[in-house]
Amino acid sequence: MIDFDNVSMRYTPDGPEILTGVDLSIAEGEFALVIGGTGSGKSTLLSSINGLFPHFTGGVLTGDIRIDGRSTRTHRPRDLADLVGVVPQDPLASFVTDTVEEELAYTMECLGIAPDVMRRRVEETLDLLGLDELRGRPVRALSGGQRQRAAIGAVLTAHPRVLVLDEPTSALDPGAAEEVLAALHRLVHDLGITVVMAEHRLERVVQYADRVIALSGPGSPIAIGAPADIMATAVIAPPVVHLGRVAGWRPTPITVRDARRQADPLRHLLIGHVPPVRAVPEPDAPAAVVTHSLTVRYGSVTAVRSVDFQARPGEVVALMGRNGAGKSTLLHTLVGAQPPTQGSVSVAGVDPQSIFGRDLLSAIGLVPQEPADLLEAATVAAECATSDKDSGCDLGTTRAIVALLAPEITDSTHPRDLSEGQRLLLALSIVLAARPNVLCLDEPTRGLDYSTKARLAVILHDLAAAGHAIILATHDVELAAEVATRVVIVADGDIVADGPTSHVVTSSPMFAPQVAKILSPQPWLTVAQVERALADLEGSA
Amino acid sequence: MTALVPTVSTQQRTGHTTEHRWLHPLAWWAWATGLAIAASTTTNPLLLLGLIVVAAVVVERRKPEAPWARSFSFFVRIALIVVAIRVFAQIVFGAPTGVISVVVLPGLELPAWLAGVRLGGTVMLEPLLQAVYDGLRLAAIIVAVGAAGSLASPARLLKSVPAAVYEVGVSVVVASTFLPQLVSDVSRVRANRRLRGRSETGIRAVGSTTMPVLHSAMDRSIALAAAMDSRGYGRVADRTSRQRMYTSAALLAGIVLIVLGVFFLLGTASGDWGAVGGAVVLLGLASAAGSLVLAGRRSTRTRYRPNVWHAADVATAVVGAIVAACFLIGAQLDPVGMAPTTEPPSWPTLPIWGVVGLLVAALPAFVTPRPPEPTP
Repeated sequence: MIDFDNVSMRYTPDGPEILTGVDLSIAEGEFALVIGGTGSGKSTLLSSINGLFPHFTGGVLTGDIRIDGRSTRTHRPRDLADLVGVVPQDPLASFVTDTVEEELAYTMECLGIAPDVMRRRVEETLDLLGLDELRGRPVRALSGGQRQRAAIGAVLTAHPRVLVLDEPTSALDPGAAEEVLAALHRLVHDLGITVVMAEHRLERVVQYADRVIALSGPGSPIAIGAPADIMATAVIAPPVVHLGRVAGWRPTPITVRDARRQADPLRHLLIGHVPPVRAVPEPDAPAAVVTHSLTVRYGSVTAVRSVDFQARPGEVVALMGRNGAGKSTLLHTLVGAQPPTQGSVSVAGVDPQSIFGRDLLSAIGLVPQEPADLLEAATVAAECATSDKDSGCDLGTTRAIVALLAPEITDSTHPRDLSEGQRLLLALSIVLAARPNVLCLDEPTRGLDYSTKARLAVILHDLAAAGHAIILATHDVELAAEVATRVVIVADGDIVADGPTSHVVTSSPMFAPQVAKILSPQPWLTVAQVERALADLEGSA
Repeated sequence: MTALVPTVSTQQRTGHTTEHRWLHPLAWWAWATGLAIAASTTTNPLLLLGLIVVAAVVVERRKPEAPWARSFSFFVRIALIVVAIRVFAQIVFGAPTGVISVVVLPGLELPAWLAGVRLGGTVMLEPLLQAVYDGLRLAAIIVAVGAAGSLASPARLLKSVPAAVYEVGVSVVVASTFLPQLVSDVSRVRANRRLRGRSETGIRAVGSTTMPVLHSAMDRSIALAAAMDSRGYGRVADRTSRQRMYTSAALLAGIVLIVLGVFFLLGTASGDWGAVGGAVVLLGLASAAGSLVLAGRRSTRTRYRPNVWHAADVATAVVGAIVAACFLIGAQLDPVGMAPTTEPPSWPTLPIWGVVGLLVAALPAFVTPRPPEPTP
């Protein structure tokens, strides 16, 4: 179905090659997963499948890519629209019309499909993806998971034989991600559609894949193989694979089910051991942030309802819950960017709305969901200099933090040219320059690869140890298990669970990390914990 | 995939009952054009007020729950302003013809070389009445257009534009969704400026807000363009050079004929040439329309759930034609009733043709289906 014949790609004629000598053949009905760190060329590879690279993006392509016999040399993306359906990273930016039903019909209208056929296909697709209730809804009023399903439906109505998806679940909460993946799984198995998908969150998707295409950066060869084979050696791997390696399981488990079947000996071995208890501050220590029956309404919508929340210095609190549950609103209220409708917020005893400038920066900082919104200068160096001036610290402070967090960032780079992870670390450095007592992060792991995530976890650990209170809104259960001392689950504006990480995440399968699922009922959360316990065992033996 | 889902229940689910559906947008425009033509034939204030009331009633009963449907009150306000300006201009600058004085305003004695220009002075009833009537006529036309604007969905109107100008229509729709997003971007970026310790106002704020906003607007445009390309936007059918030549020739001939016809119509006073001019204009319009049809063949697009002419839609359009016809006939048979004299002032009467026209014009408020309810 998809044939890459000795394909190399570069963006400028004399620039570096993004991908070199790719020979690849994906059969009909296959579910291929593309993995690789940030900047390894995943998006470029995906966009070459329907000819967006190089027809739309520009660039130089050598070799030949054929989709069902049609070469992308002679066929532009629009000429492949009936064959390849592309679901871009941000579905909202790709919607052309204003309602779900019109959006589903758009591709077919372009392809000139007869009106009665269109009508039937729209109805079928609405049912297939469970979108029937939403047919007349404006696309901008959909939730994240609904948007993603509408975007899939919008290309599916043209009956493409290939579906290309770029990180379809990275912005979604665990429930919505399941929803999207279940729909995809059905398409592959019922309709035999070929799916090519890039995703960072391997723990969510690797079990669905028939084949994994691992990219390891410009110039390096790509590895293609069955998920278990690739995962056995890959640097980028979900926790279940890492646990399998630590425990020496063969074959390498890919799913929680595989691992659980091999986990009995490990569980026996670990009897009598408990994961080290994280040092949490005394319950009566003064809180860095407190809210009292905080309510925030937008028009008729109540985003946060009568919430009593607090965070103490040294704590890392993970706010979890569905998209639109009120996590971002809560964070914005804490920094005083959103006035409360009722109730009060106090940061170190002061109403955050009453403080500005340096006083605010040193009290509480927020890295927003789009870190780029904080950035305004043309170079990293200028950005750092502005930050020093804003926060009133010595010249070079911000640059030093950047060098510590992300040493590969160079002074002259334009912030927009940084990868998503690097942009996040730059924004984080700017916020940290003022040494805020409370640090809030809104969805920091969106689009981050495993290595950047691991680096972020270390940074957050160190900051908490240094006495900062950290509040983290996230969908990433693995990150929460890794860094959080406390987890707060928000649903529909209410706090529905609040307690130590180990208690909260193990009590519901939706928010449980993979290690907890494998080793339950024992209270292990991360591979690192198990690794340390095993090392202790060996040391004592 | 065709046999995956039973399609039996489709009919019930679409809500396409006789109760609620969209009327063809062109039907509303035909109706409104009829009202506007009717308004232009008369200066009878009773009939003009009647037309405005009829338009308001129909809008009130048939406007859908949508942002664009709220524009009617805006048009009504513009109409009021037009009447006010017309009357004000008459009072201040108008020539004091007539014999009945209403009020004497302080006037300004202008030098002799400005004879014919007047500021203030005596306000006469006759020209004042004429100004009110003229203003009302313009107001009624504006209200008719406003009624069509809030009854006919612009998105559905786009489905009925000729294929050749479809691309222009898409640009309009994309732009209309782009602006609200830009506004929300600006407010988001401004809120985030606080996080860098900046004050939230001032000229310098504009500079540092502009960059992130423009960047994200740019990113979004590129993403949208890529998505539209991937989804087949701009696929065209192959066309021979001969077809292209015919299309261009028809368009060119059309434009030349229209210009010539308008020249005859305006440039010559005698009746014979005027008729020739009218015929030439019509010929030119036909030729231009033909070129649009030819150009439209190039597009292979089809339309999902196109607007369909049902009985109520045709009836609404016909109502527009009947209203215009009634007023035109009235103007022939009862010129005094349709244009009451103001010198000397006379009480306006209610010409029978006008009353019939008004009653017919109100029919769509009762015979057309209601627009669909918004989904929650």
